[in-house]
Amino acid sequence: MTTIITVTSGKGGVGKTTTSASIASGLALRGFKTAVIDFDVGLRNLDLIMGCERRVVYDFVNVIQGDANLHQALIKDKHCDNLFVLPASQTRDKDALTEEGVEKVLKELEHQGFDYIVCDSPAGIEHGAVMALTFADEAIVVTNPEVSSVRDSDRILGIIQSKSRRAIEGREPVKEHLLVTRYSPKRAHEGEMLTYTDIQELLRIPLLGVIPESEAVLQASNQGIPAIHQKGTPVADAYQDAIGRFLGEEHPLRFVEYEKPGLIKRLFGGK
Amino acid sequence: MSWLSLIFGEKKATASVAKERLQLIIAHERACASGPDFLPELQKDLVAVISKYFPVNPDDIKVGLEKQGNYEVLEVNIVLPEGR
Ligand SMILES: Nc1ncnc2c1ncn2[C@@H]1O[C@H](COP(=O)(O)OP(=O)(O)O)[C@@H](O)[C@H]1O
Ligand SMILES: [Mg+2]
Repeated sequence: MTTIITVTSGKGGVGKTTTSASIASGLALRGFKTAVIDFDVGLRNLDLIMGCERRVVYDFVNVIQGDANLHQALIKDKHCDNLFVLPASQTRDKDALTEEGVEKVLKELEHQGFDYIVCDSPAGIEHGAVMALTFADEAIVVTNPEVSSVRDSDRILGIIQSKSRRAIEGREPVKEHLLVTRYSPKRAHEGEMLTYTDIQELLRIPLLGVIPESEAVLQASNQGIPAIHQKGTPVADAYQDAIGRFLGEEHPLRFVEYEKPGLIKRLFGGK
Repeated sequence: MSWLSLIFGEKKATASVAKERLQLIIAHERACASGPDFLPELQKDLVAVISKYFPVNPDDIKVGLEKQGNYEVLEVNIVLPEGR
């Protein structure tokens, strides 16, 4: 059985693509055959984050329009044998993603025995974002501790609950998960920033994880290596924990409490 | 701000303000999202019922949902035709 996971947020720049890349890689590292699809037609970026931008020949829209078959368009990941990337089209417009077309591609991936399909949603609540969530079984709602991000997440939850196939057909609803990203324990501790519990109280969906704000993410994207591969960094560990929880394991939250630096650290710096 | 916080550049704890504002706006937007869907239907039904008793122009019947403090108020405005 194939599970379709949509990574969405409403707001742009909150960490959807970063999260899609790391969640897909993490699932593949756990042995699941996984595909990650870029739905951001016209603004493709997942290829860069996955480090496969130079191997893009055909894209999602080519497959939908029958100019290429799925096999030709899927790019095998450098780090994981069982992970494949389906890039977005850089030239077409969003309307090229038809509902029938998207469904056809997802069905074909299902036939090919994929365990997970991760859909990286574009920002907004327009056609592209709706296409990315239409066929979702589970949704990871990426939210930053910031007012506009929280409000937009609530909007997108409303759209999941009204426009997903599961909602329209009256099946069991899409399973929603909250992923708080770019979290700064220090600023939350000092009352400058919403805490992850504040966000969870506001959005009222189960918490999948909290990903700290970290420069490791920029280093990862510079190199085209998903952040989850930056071994030993809090970001990679936090994504690993989130994947474990997604698969039903229990992991205590890490990297959410602020620890005051000791005197030595304060005097001599260091991270 | 105390003189201490001026010297040490303490920042204002604004997260609680953010939370309160979000609580209000999210509750409001959730209510709206589940609300207006039925308003056009209700408007049509009202036109049908009222025109059984006297002729009305469909545009002269206005229906709206409004928030007043803690209450939602359903407002129905019916303009009767002139010369009655
Ligand atoms: N945990 C994080 N810490 C620091 N920077 C991050 C983190 N997550 C994402 N970013 C940065 O935020 C920006 C937007 O991320 P991206 O994943 O492209 O967001 P989206 O797909 O939602 O538009 C990028 O510059 C990325 O490097
Ligand atoms: Mg993106």
